[in-house]
Amino acid sequence: MNNRIHTKLNSDKKLLSIYFTAGYPHLNDTVKIIQDLENSGVDMIEIGLPFSDPLADGPTIQDSSTTALKNGMTTEILFEQLQDIRKTVSIPLIIMGYFNPMLQFGVEEFCKKCQEIGIDGLIIPDLPLNVYQEQYEAIFKKYGLTNVFLITPQTSEDRIKKIDAASNGFIYMVSSASVTGSKSGFGKEQESYFKRIASLNLKHPQIVGFGIKDKKTFVQATKTAKGAIIGSAFIKHLTANGTDNIESFIKSIR
Amino acid sequence: MKYHVDEKGYYGEFGGAFIPEMLYPNVEELRQKYIEIMYEESFQKEFHQLLKDYVGRPSPLYYAKRLSDKHGAKIYLKREDLNHTGAHKVNNTIGQILMAKRLGKTRIIAETGAGQHGVATATVCALTGIECVVYMGEVDIARQAPNVARMKMLGAEVRPALSGSRTLKDATNEAIRDWINNPVDTHYIIGSAIGPHPYPDMVTRFQSIISEEIKWQLKEKEGRENPDYVIACIGGGSNAAGTYYHFLDNTEVGIIAVEAAGKGVNSGESAATSALGKVGIIHGCKTMLMQTNDGQITEPYSISAGLDYPGVGPMHSHLYKSGRAEFYSATDDEAMESGLELSKLEGIIPAIESSHALAIFKHKKFDPDDILVISLSGRGDKDLQTYIDYFKLA
Repeated sequence: MNNRIHTKLNSDKKLLSIYFTAGYPHLNDTVKIIQDLENSGVDMIEIGLPFSDPLADGPTIQDSSTTALKNGMTTEILFEQLQDIRKTVSIPLIIMGYFNPMLQFGVEEFCKKCQEIGIDGLIIPDLPLNVYQEQYEAIFKKYGLTNVFLITPQTSEDRIKKIDAASNGFIYMVSSASVTGSKSGFGKEQESYFKRIASLNLKHPQIVGFGIKDKKTFVQATKTAKGAIIGSAFIKHLTANGTDNIESFIKSIR
Repeated sequence: MKYHVDEKGYYGEFGGAFIPEMLYPNVEELRQKYIEIMYEESFQKEFHQLLKDYVGRPSPLYYAKRLSDKHGAKIYLKREDLNHTGAHKVNNTIGQILMAKRLGKTRIIAETGAGQHGVATATVCALTGIECVVYMGEVDIARQAPNVARMKMLGAEVRPALSGSRTLKDATNEAIRDWINNPVDTHYIIGSAIGPHPYPDMVTRFQSIISEEIKWQLKEKEGRENPDYVIACIGGGSNAAGTYYHFLDNTEVGIIAVEAAGKGVNSGESAATSALGKVGIIHGCKTMLMQTNDGQITEPYSISAGLDYPGVGPMHSHLYKSGRAEFYSATDDEAMESGLELSKLEGIIPAIESSHALAIFKHKKFDPDDILVISLSGRGDKDLQTYIDYFKLA
């Protein structure tokens, strides 16, 4: 299997990936945000499918999800908005969301839609490895979707190896024991964790998420990892500035 | 048909552990160790000693003569309302605090809706000298002031859940987030038979003391261990799970569940999950769940704060789907009338949750010689203001 994610992972540079919640700040901002991010030089985008009960997220992404749902965002509407996205956007697009909305849409139907639109992968924090392997791996593969698993500082080496073996794109490396948006800067603990993971020589590159918010944390995170994901900090930028100054935010990172 | 949990953590199609990777080490450690720890001799000894001396068990199995005469069946009440802290919740918190100690945890978190589980958790933390943080929806904090005060007196910190609808499901989300942020030293005491495996099974086993006692108590009174029916109210379903547990495989015993219909099952203000829910994922397990077509979890309603949860434990979903249990739902009005009836006929003021179980007589007729055991899961002190407002007693 080879999609836009793999092509990007094979490039030499460190990757900047941005997460945003679809339907925030306004219902129909989705396409403009994606286009502006690509035009600003972002390498990859995680499109957040909002959920009423986002367990792994801190207040910033929770609030953006609540607003997006109030704005009327649904799975169906998101797919409609993205219908023609590949006419203008060529970087990898990943949908990140919780499992229940996908389950209600129908997992196969969801994956099929993703393929039609040109989505390259999925990140589903509450779909555990064993359930994915037993019930959904074949469907994801059928529709050419990369499934991205998370590891954390508490994940055992044995399990990291299992996850590496089950991955087919990159590994989402959660920077610290926390929900999204809650740490300010990286300390010694993170540095040694980043080094420890790098020394495992995993088959799949790692992209660091949680706690990346500016140039400094981006540089720290990508010293050993292939790239980094910014979520809450970008949402905060949207909250403060709307969708007008996306480029200035991205330029402040690199 | 198998009604107990299987080795993968499922009850039929329901259950499992749908958790983010951040929680995996904690939940996995618990999964590997809970059975072994729980059935260690020293654990059992300490657990049962505390249930006896501290909680006041066994709780009486009381033959309610006047209620029986009224409804034409032999009705026994399992008096969980007489437990220390006033409800069945403490059976589970005693068990889980001993579990937490053996896992080497030094900090406890819990979620609470009406405050009963929060009080039961704060109580066992005071008993063992362990730090306790209870998450409670901001809306619930305002309407359950006496229980907030009790938790504070017991030394717990009550943290408001400010997200979403600011009620029980959001308090549960906040507790889970706290656990993600504190993965090493903290144990999460879930209060109902919900959550990722092994929680539903662990909570059910700690609550199964209820049906264990029913068996020998009924034998003493009636010369038989098995009633014709066991009846309980269901929110998440921990008192029901404990009441049913030792009767699950004995199909001569009818199992009856009463959910909260709120203002009516189809009123838009209801918590009757079996009638209104679809299979989905909530708080780490696959179960029946009230949600929109788009898979967003909706806000339930019941006059009883302990029953307004949008899901139901996975064991109960299986009992419902397999037909092993009969599910009914009682409206606010039916429950309140039944609570008042028990007060007048037997001198027992029940919690409004338990009043839903008593409302079964508005939905089902029994034979005069049927023996029924109804779980009286809690006492009504905490609900006095609601009773006062409803019946204009003041």
